[in-house]
Amino acid sequence: MTALLDMNRLLDELEAGLREILADRGVTSPALIGIRTGGVWLADVMRKRLGLEEPFGELDISFYRDDFSRIGLNPKVKPSSLPFSTEDRDIILIDDVIMSGRTIRAAMNEIFDYGRPASIILATLVDLGARELPIQPDVVGKVLTLESHQRVKLRGPDPLHIELQETGQ
Amino acid sequence: MTVNQASNRSLQLTADGQLRHFLTLDGLDRALLTDILDTADSFIEVGERSIKKVPLLRGRTVVNLFFESSTRTRSTFELAAKRLSADVLNLDINTSATSKGESLSDTLLNLEAMASDMFVVRHSQSGAPHFIAESVTPGVAIINAGDGRHAHPTQAMLDMLTIRQHKGGFEGLKVAIVGDVLHSRVARSQIRALNELGAAEVRVIAPGTLLPRDVESLGCTVEYDMHKGMKDLDVVIMLRLQKERMEGALLPSEREFYRLYGLNQDKLALAHPECIVMHPGPINRGVEIESAVADGPQSVILDQVTNGIAIRMAVMSMAMGGQVSERNQQQAGSKQA
Amino acid sequence: MTEFNNTPGQSLKIINGRLVLPGSDGLTDASLVVADGVITAIGKAAEHANAATTFDAAGAVVAPGLVDLCCNLREPGNGQKGNIASETRAAARGGFTTVCASPQTSPVNDSGAVTHLIRDVAQARSPIRVLPVGAITRGLEGELLSDMAGLAAAGCVAFGNGSRGVRNARILRRCMAYAQTFGLTVMFSPENQALAADGYAHDGLVASRLGLLGIPEVAETAAVMEMLLLAEETGVRLHLSQLSCARSVEMVAAARARGITVTADVAMHQLLFTEDALAGFDSRFHVRPPLRSESDRQALVAAVRDGVIDAIVSQHQPHDSAAKQAPLGATEPGLSTIESTLSMGLLLVDRGELTLTTLLAALTSGPAAILGETATLSEGAAADLCVFDPQATWTPDQHSLISAGRHAPSAGQALPGVVRLTLCNGKVAWGAESR
Repeated sequence: MTALLDMNRLLDELEAGLREILADRGVTSPALIGIRTGGVWLADVMRKRLGLEEPFGELDISFYRDDFSRIGLNPKVKPSSLPFSTEDRDIILIDDVIMSGRTIRAAMNEIFDYGRPASIILATLVDLGARELPIQPDVVGKVLTLESHQRVKLRGPDPLHIELQETGQ
Repeated sequence: MTVNQASNRSLQLTADGQLRHFLTLDGLDRALLTDILDTADSFIEVGERSIKKVPLLRGRTVVNLFFESSTRTRSTFELAAKRLSADVLNLDINTSATSKGESLSDTLLNLEAMASDMFVVRHSQSGAPHFIAESVTPGVAIINAGDGRHAHPTQAMLDMLTIRQHKGGFEGLKVAIVGDVLHSRVARSQIRALNELGAAEVRVIAPGTLLPRDVESLGCTVEYDMHKGMKDLDVVIMLRLQKERMEGALLPSEREFYRLYGLNQDKLALAHPECIVMHPGPINRGVEIESAVADGPQSVILDQVTNGIAIRMAVMSMAMGGQVSERNQQQAGSKQA
Repeated sequence: MTEFNNTPGQSLKIINGRLVLPGSDGLTDASLVVADGVITAIGKAAEHANAATTFDAAGAVVAPGLVDLCCNLREPGNGQKGNIASETRAAARGGFTTVCASPQTSPVNDSGAVTHLIRDVAQARSPIRVLPVGAITRGLEGELLSDMAGLAAAGCVAFGNGSRGVRNARILRRCMAYAQTFGLTVMFSPENQALAADGYAHDGLVASRLGLLGIPEVAETAAVMEMLLLAEETGVRLHLSQLSCARSVEMVAAARARGITVTADVAMHQLLFTEDALAGFDSRFHVRPPLRSESDRQALVAAVRDGVIDAIVSQHQPHDSAAKQAPLGATEPGLSTIESTLSMGLLLVDRGELTLTTLLAALTSGPAAILGETATLSEGAAADLCVFDPQATWTPDQHSLISAGRHAPSAGQALPGVVRLTLCNGKVAWGAESR
C-alpha cells in the first residue's frame, strides 16, 4: 500500500514524463491548466517543478459535464479561471485521475471555448483504465487496476496524498 | 415558516432541495440564494470568454412567454438561454387575446405539446407563474420574469449579485428602496432577498400613496422624508415611476415627485460616501434620478445589466437541472416498482 | 331503518334522535311524527303514535331544515355552472329545505317572467323550497328601478342587487324609498365600488406580500354606514348581506341600538377562513367580499354568538372549472359551499367558537325570521327538517360533490356532519338512498 501511494515517486514520474514530451515536441513555454480540484493542486506542483513563470489556469467543468440530464447542475460550481489566452498555445492539461475519459472530453470542450490551442498534452497522476472514450493520457504517474469495491481519491493540497478507499459492497 | 413560505418551498423545490421552478424568493433560504449568486459568478466568467457559450441546455427548448411586453427583459433571458445552448422561442402574447383563463391554459398546453422544457413567463397578473407551475404544465420548468405586483425574482437576484460584488456581502448593510413600492414587483423581491441574505436595514422611502398596506410586515422600515432616509446608506435603489401614477391621483406631478423623491447629487451626498446607486431600468431621467447621478461614479446601473444575463443563466440551468434530475428519479422509481 | 317512501298521506316516525326544540338551549331526546307534510307530534305524544314507517335517528341531531338567504342556482343561465335541479339537490344534501335564489342569473331576475320561470322549474325539479330574490334595479345595472311591486306579486321575497353595486347614493336612496312603500325587504352587499376598484383580495398582509390588488375594509364600512343612514331615513327593512369586517358589525349593533330596522348575515366561509387562504394564490378563495384578517374573523364569529348577525348564509357560487382555472385576479369570485356549510359550522362548534344551538339558530330560525317565516320543530309546523350525524365525516371532492361547482373550500379534507335525511314539507328531499 505504501509503495502504491508514494506521492513523491508519482510526482517524479509525472515531471520526468512531461519534460520528455516537451523536449520531444520542442515546446518551450507551455500553458498549464488543472482540472478542479485535484488537477489544480497538481498543476501548482508541476508549475514549480517545471520552473514555469506564468500562473496556471483552473478549470471547473461543471457546465460541460455530460451527465447534466441525469443529475442536474453541480450546486458548488466555481468560475473557471484562465489567466492567459489559449489561442495558439501549447497546453498541458492536468488531472488527478483518468478513468472513463468523460471529464477530459468536457475539459477539452471548455478549453476550446477560450480559443484554439496549438496542442494539448494530457497528464494524469493515476490511470485507472476502464476507458469509455478514445482518450489517452500522454503522461501518467502510475497505472493502477482497482478491485470493483475500491476507489482512489487525491487529498490535498498540503500535503498531497492518495487515499485508497474500500467502499461497501 | 408561514403557510406561504412552506407552500412556495414545496412548489419550487424538488424533494432533495434542488430548484425546479423559480417563481418567488419566498420560501428559498439563504443557502440556496447564495448558491444562485455563486453559480452566477461562474457564468460571469463564461461571459468574458471568446466563445460565451456553454452546452448545459443543448437540445432543450426555452419559450419566452411574454404576456406583457418588455424587450429589455426578454432580450436578457433570450441571450441567457442562447448562452446555455438552448433553442429559444420568443412569444409576445397580447394579453387581451388571452384574457380568458381557458385560452391561457390552452396556449400553454399547446406549447408543452411541442416538447418545451422551460417557460420564462412575464404576466400582468400576480401569481400567473404559480398558476402555470401548479395547474397547467407542472413538468415544464417555470421561470418568473415578473408577475403583476408580486415578484421579479431574477431582477432582485441580479441586484443582490451587484451589491455583493461592490460590498463584499450583506452583513451590516443599510439599503433604501425609493419610489413606487406599491406597484413594484421588483421592490417586493428585493426586500425579501435583502432580509434573507442578512442586510442590517431595508428602508422604503416614498409617499403614503405609493406604499402597500402594512408595508413594514414585508421586512422594512418606512421613511417619508428622503433627506432623512438617505442617512448612512450603503446602497440606494431607485424604482421606475410609471406615468400612469399621475392619472390615478397617486401623485400630483412628476415635478413634485422629482423634487421630493428624485435622486440628485445633493441627496446622494447625505448617504455614506461609498454608497452605490442602483436602478432596475429603464431609467426616467429627471423623474427618479438626475443624469449626473445615473452616469456618475457611484452608479452601478450598467453592472446590473451585465449581471442580469449571468443570474438568468444560473437560475435557468439550476431549474432545468432540478427538473431533469427529478424526472430521472421518478423514472428510476417507477422501474423499481 | 325501514324504507320510507314518499306516498302522500303516509306517516313517518323519527326515533332516537336528539331534537332541537324552540326555547331550549340544548338538545332533547325525543321522537317526532310527521304526517301529511306537517309535524303532528313531538315527545310523549309521538312515542305512542303509530306511523307507517320509522326512521332510526340514533346518534343524529334532528333540526329544522336549514334556510339560506344567499344561494346562486345559476338558472336561468347556460347550464355550465349548474342549474336549479343540480344545485337544489346539492342544497338538500347539505340539509337545506329553503334557499333564496340570487337575482344574478342570465337573464337577471328583474321581470315577472323570470321569477315565474324560476318558480316553475323549482316546482318541477327542486326537492326543496326555492324563494326568488328580485333584482332591485333593472338588469342589476344599478341605475333604473325594477318593477318591484310586480316582482313581489310574482313571488319575489326580497330585493337586492346581487354582488353588483348601485351607481350612487341617490339611486340607492330611491331604491329603499320605493321598496319601503310596499313593505318590501331589501338585501344589499355593502361595497363602495370606487374604493373596491379593481381589487380582489383583502387589502392586508397577504395582499401586500403577494402584490394582490386590495379591497380595503373601508370599501365595506363606508357602504355600511351609507346604507344604515339611508335606511334610517327611508324606514325600509334593510338586510345587510355578507359582512366581512369587524367594524361593520360594530356599526350594525350601534344602528340597532338607535332603533334602525336592520338585520345582517355572514357567509360561513368568512367564519372559518382568513386572508391566509390566498397565500398560495389558491383561486378557490377568491371570494367577494374578500376573506379578511383573523381579527375580523373573530369579530364576525362573536357577532353570530351575540346575535348582531342574524343569519349565516352559504353564499354558494358554483362555477365551471374554467372560471377558476386562471391566474388569481382573472378568476371569478365564489366558492361552492352549499353542501359543506353545515359541516363548516360544525367545525366551529368542535373548536368551541360557537355552540350547536347558536349555529343552528343562525342557519334556521334566524334567516327564516328575516323572510317573515318561522323554522322550528313544533306540532302543526311544516315538516321541514334535517337529520344529521355530527360525528360522522365525509370528504368533499370531485366525485362526492353533487353541485356543478367542484371548488369546495375544504376539498379533499374530511369534514364532520353527514346529513342522513332532509324532509321538505314532509317529503324526502335527501335520504340515505339518494346517492
